[in-house]
Amino acid sequence: MTTEIPETARPRLLKGVRTRFDKARDTWLLLAPERTLELDAVAAAILAEVDGERSFGEVIDVLMAKYDAPRERISADVRTFLSSLVERRMLEIDVP
Amino acid sequence: MAMLAELTHRCPLACPYCSNPVDLVRRSGELSTQEWVDVFRQAADLGVLHLHLSGGEPAARHDLEELVAASTGAELYSNLITSGVGLTEARLEKLAANGLDHVQLSLQGVDHETADLYGGYKGGFDRKIAVAGWTVKLGLPLTINAVMHRHNLSTLDLMIDLAVDLGARRLEVATVQFHGWAEKNKAALMPTREQVQKAGETVHAGRRRLKGVLVIDYVPADYYATYPKACMGGWASTSLNIAPDGQVLPCHAAPTIPWLTFDNVHERPLKDIWMHSDAFNAFRGDEWMQEPCRSCARKAVDFGGCRCQAMALAGDAAATDPACSKSTLHADLLAAAEAASSTRDADLTYRRMPTLKQPLRTHDA
Ligand code: SF4
Ligand code: SF4
Repeated sequence: MTTEIPETARPRLLKGVRTRFDKARDTWLLLAPERTLELDAVAAAILAEVDGERSFGEVIDVLMAKYDAPRERISADVRTFLSSLVERRMLEIDVP
Repeated sequence: MAMLAELTHRCPLACPYCSNPVDLVRRSGELSTQEWVDVFRQAADLGVLHLHLSGGEPAARHDLEELVAASTGAELYSNLITSGVGLTEARLEKLAANGLDHVQLSLQGVDHETADLYGGYKGGFDRKIAVAGWTVKLGLPLTINAVMHRHNLSTLDLMIDLAVDLGARRLEVATVQFHGWAEKNKAALMPTREQVQKAGETVHAGRRRLKGVLVIDYVPADYYATYPKACMGGWASTSLNIAPDGQVLPCHAAPTIPWLTFDNVHERPLKDIWMHSDAFNAFRGDEWMQEPCRSCARKAVDFGGCRCQAMALAGDAAATDPACSKSTLHADLLAAAEAASSTRDADLTYRRMPTLKQPLRTHDA
């Protein structure tokens, strides 16, 4: 299930949910209540731009500038990943 | 990897299903602030990510604020597992300021009567509701931890609604397990087969209805199941426990296995205990397994079930967990569970430090 996310909406990780680089495992992790998600390169790149200030559209723009991929692809990836975090109560999307 | 730090066995509540050992550690035997701080640092070096601050009631430690700050300093994700009693709004603010990541609050029932009866503490329910409110106000994630048994399973849907009303992000529904004090209360607490089945359905429906609102984790009872519960990721593979006096345990119930010996952080570095101690290596991997587990395809899924349950019910910690339908003892276990679940008006034994009070009676409708 992917929810509609308008370009102007601002995603932010909820308090108590945070990324952390794990030296022993050489990977980025997302730590949340009773959960540890290992972030793959795409997921880590997305969360690196989600700071509670940037809008969904801006996050996509930044990622486009960094990675050579069509906007539609990036938009779909970000949408799918962020929606999965919303479902797990790790992220909120403030719709203006 | 996760570490459960049982900061103290002291607790103002007296739940009859408490998983603490029947021999409780007294205050004078508890690790000091500095000793805990050092243990947290060692844990972080070992690769521990989540630190569960538990008890007893962790708020009974006056240095809880300091311990949370130390956890933050060691870059651990701190989770406070509390009954709520002993917390004030000011204390919670201080804990949040010191970097507390998550609050897990136990509820013994959905109303004053049940909660206070099973908590064995009058006024506990109101305090819990207040703590939930402060937690949410501070923006901290709140988990409601509900232990369900024969006398409150019928209120599971109300418990789900209450968790939503309180603003919890997560609900953990655990069916009572018969370790520690709960073993003494089997007859009073054992749910019926119908209750367990209905609970599974209620959880399923709740998850669908509340997607994106409330995460529901459910630990079903295994006494009526075909296969046992997986011992958390396998013995000594993803978690460890520190008892109030510094004993390092592969699992909270491990001391019920009489031939295991445990090391203490006073005497040996945590990493050494984790890697080389007898207790941790006793059931690592699958070398220790007996038939039918040894040649069973599910051994990588459930690790042969619970070692402590095998000890309690089969008299051999390396045996197949009798909760498994392949165990020769399974039929007896099932019959015993059914008999216990139909016991009427059994006495409840409350968890107590050695001075015992009058037992209360439960009433079956
Ligand atoms: S041995 Fe049993 S009680 Fe201990 S962690 Fe495994 S399942 Fe839990
Ligand atoms: S026989 Fe052992 S490994 Fe197989 S399902 Fe039963 S407990 Fe699990």
